[in-house]
Amino acid sequence: MSAAAANGAAAGTAIVINQLRKGFYLDSVALMRFSRSIAAMPGVEEAALMMGTPANRRIMADAGLLNQTGEAAGGGDLILAIRAKTRPSAEQALTQSQALLDQPAAPGVGATAWRPRTLRAAVKHLPEANLALISVPGDFAIAEARKAIRRGLHAMIFSDNVSLAAEAALKQEAQTLGRLVMGPDCGTAIINGAPLAFANNVPRGAVGIIGASGTGIQEVSCLIGQYGGGISHAIGVGGRDLANEIGGVSTLMALDALASDAATAHLVLISKPPPAAVMARVLERVAGMGKPVTVCFIGAGIMPMPVNATQVFSLKDAARTALGLRQNGDTTPLKAPSDIRAPAERIAGQNTVRGLFSGGTLCAEAQAIFIAADARVASNAPIPGAGQIPATPPGHQLLDLGDDSYTRGRPHPMIDPMVRDQPIIDALSDGAVAVILLDLVIGFGAHHDPAGHLAATVMTHRQQDGPVVIASVTGTEADPQIRSVQIAKLEAAGIHVAPTNADAAAWSLLAAGPTVAA
Amino acid sequence: MQRIDDANRQAMDRILSADPVLVDVIPAAEAIPTLQDRMILHAGPPVDWERMCGPMRGAVAGIAVFEGWAADLQEAEAMAGAGAFDFQPNHHFDAVGPMTGMTTAGQWVMVVENRRFGNRAYCTINEGLGKVMRFGGNDAEVLDRLRWLRDSFGPAMGRALRSGDGVPLKSLVARGLSMGDEMHQRNVACTGLMLRALAPALAATADDTAGLSKALAFIGGNDQFFLNIAMTMGKAIMDPVRGIDGSSLVTAMSRNGTDFGIRVSGTGDTWFTAPVEMPEGLYFPGFTEADANPDMGDSTIVETIGLGGFAMGAAPAVAGFVGAGSASDAANFTRAMGEITYGDNPEWSIPGLDYLGVPTGIDIRLVVETGLAPTINTGIAHREPGIGQVGAGVVRAPMACFEAALQAFAASVGVA
Repeated sequence: MSAAAANGAAAGTAIVINQLRKGFYLDSVALMRFSRSIAAMPGVEEAALMMGTPANRRIMADAGLLNQTGEAAGGGDLILAIRAKTRPSAEQALTQSQALLDQPAAPGVGATAWRPRTLRAAVKHLPEANLALISVPGDFAIAEARKAIRRGLHAMIFSDNVSLAAEAALKQEAQTLGRLVMGPDCGTAIINGAPLAFANNVPRGAVGIIGASGTGIQEVSCLIGQYGGGISHAIGVGGRDLANEIGGVSTLMALDALASDAATAHLVLISKPPPAAVMARVLERVAGMGKPVTVCFIGAGIMPMPVNATQVFSLKDAARTALGLRQNGDTTPLKAPSDIRAPAERIAGQNTVRGLFSGGTLCAEAQAIFIAADARVASNAPIPGAGQIPATPPGHQLLDLGDDSYTRGRPHPMIDPMVRDQPIIDALSDGAVAVILLDLVIGFGAHHDPAGHLAATVMTHRQQDGPVVIASVTGTEADPQIRSVQIAKLEAAGIHVAPTNADAAAWSLLAAGPTVAA
Repeated sequence: MQRIDDANRQAMDRILSADPVLVDVIPAAEAIPTLQDRMILHAGPPVDWERMCGPMRGAVAGIAVFEGWAADLQEAEAMAGAGAFDFQPNHHFDAVGPMTGMTTAGQWVMVVENRRFGNRAYCTINEGLGKVMRFGGNDAEVLDRLRWLRDSFGPAMGRALRSGDGVPLKSLVARGLSMGDEMHQRNVACTGLMLRALAPALAATADDTAGLSKALAFIGGNDQFFLNIAMTMGKAIMDPVRGIDGSSLVTAMSRNGTDFGIRVSGTGDTWFTAPVEMPEGLYFPGFTEADANPDMGDSTIVETIGLGGFAMGAAPAVAGFVGAGSASDAANFTRAMGEITYGDNPEWSIPGLDYLGVPTGIDIRLVVETGLAPTINTGIAHREPGIGQVGAGVVRAPMACFEAALQAFAASVGVA
């Protein structure tokens, strides 16, 4: 390679510079890309880097780019040709052209990964896959799920807004095909150690979880990990699986699957209280499975259980029972830390708890704790025994901010904690509120730093003699946000952090005092 | 569903079992007996003079002068406007043509025979790069080259081919794919392989060494010489796939610079058309996208058989016309086309993609379902007559063709 002397010639008032690189070949598309970037430089009228074939030389001549230097080029020579308004512009462009030719290609720069657009292509690409996670607008979710099960895949449907009839038809077809449908509206699952959608990095172990609720599965699986146990699988079934119209198809299939799964020694079943007929069918299946089962129907009263089943009334007790840490009838002592301001220190009228939850089942568990303590409580998502907001007069209010009525057209508070800011700010300045009760859910899919955001909001808007703030963090040390780091950020902002959601609810009742008790 | 699956399997079998061989070069009038005097075959679905784009009008004027129907370009245009010429699509006459795709009785055409099914397809000889008729060029130099192809090169190539048993194309294309050709933008390797195959017979049958030398130099100096052979091959492969009741596979994609048209096996010879789109690409010095004519040519027959944009992974540089131009981009184009095709062609594989076969058999149902339109690699003509090529790039087939075809197809299989 040798560079002939730059040779300038005037074309009208413009400067034309040609330079040759003898015996230098580069692909024509690459050269066209270089040409385009040189032609776009300031003061440059036209530019081309082309191999000196007769056809190319003619194109360059027609474009007013060629002088004697370029005309002398052979087909194996590269011509650098620039026409510019001034000589400095032309020389700058020539320097830049040389730099482009000489720059070593950076390996991997611009590399893009291929993402299959359809299930068909994905299955072809990954033939050993046996599960499809479906997250598309609800109108299309059933069609995609049907394609999945007909291709022999189990399906997890993150999408919501699917009709009950469509869900029922899909699950019936899946049942005949022997495929499990998790969802619709299934936010959490851990299959063979793989966390799907909103889930936490929990240790593997002998406890299998089946849940109609995402945050319920998250809290129980995290607590099991915290207490030294681990999870074999956590199977979400969707919030409506136990409705009469669906009949618990997926729950029953999941029970069968975990019953025959060698890695699963103990099962936990989490749901809202199902209708009687479905409950009977589920408990009948539980009775026949030959493994111990912990049943947590949040909000249900005491029910007769099969001999291998234990009923519990909180997520915390579900985790403890599954690990054999709790005997029947044992109750956790409720004792708030001494540094939480005592009821006696409250100013007049400050006597209610305002719970602002991102997790629906965490909100339900808190209600159950309140009701068990005979405290009158209302919610936008009430469990049996709680009042319905807004029909109920003010008192303890435990709100599920992840409920559809709050999230329509907005992100879920687990994804975007800003959604919870205004209710927190309102509660901080509400003279009737003694305690603000919060949950914080971390893990895959959740916001990268919810505690940092919450701490800032509370510190900015806290009032003199305002309510105390009590929270719990659902997550693990192995989660991307790191549970202890999140707790430290909350505590640094003066927020009291309870070890579990159930404990946080109990603390908040103690801190608010008995004023509103029924 | 079963009926469609069976029909598509049969269509795919016909594509994969084709045996295309370049056998001859003969006058178009001999190859296509129905090609009458003053009949002009053009690229794409049917189009009349009023709706023809600039470069196609320029090519029409040029070919009329070449054929001796008009004394000059002005007279030719006046005659065209007055209805003196019978315009017909190449595809209706077992033929294809690149860009403007002019085919007339006095030109010589290459003949590819599909020996598995016995059908033949025809295409003119590639003129080279720069100012050429397929890009709308029509000056004396363009016409002189056409005359040389007719009087000297075409007959010489025909003699050479007839002296042997023809050149089998499937294995030649397979080698070209492994050497960096995708057979639409890149035909360097296959042109070289064809030159190697033809040179001994060209020499053995040559009248004079000067003519032979010029013929060899013409092939060797035209990186796109093989394009027209690849197109003829594509037509010869796809014609036996036409008219399989219940098949949703595309048998032709083609553009006339105004409309893009597709044909689907199960709906026979009906064209489903939509306005052509503008390629995204790079331009020769002196030209910009403001000079560009929209998409044109029968050359999309190569995408229809899994080459061109579908085989982008074999020719990573071509992906540089759009986006970042990385090798993984090129591979992704090929993989994406796998989303809309019936299967892969195991005989045409891409080494850089772990010998993945090129995605083959465009299924209109998959195109509409995925919203992924076929990717096409193409040259770009100047929008005015008489100027020629100004760039090259990548373009998508318009989705509306596939939507219209799917509705007609659904009716053809009794689905409302």
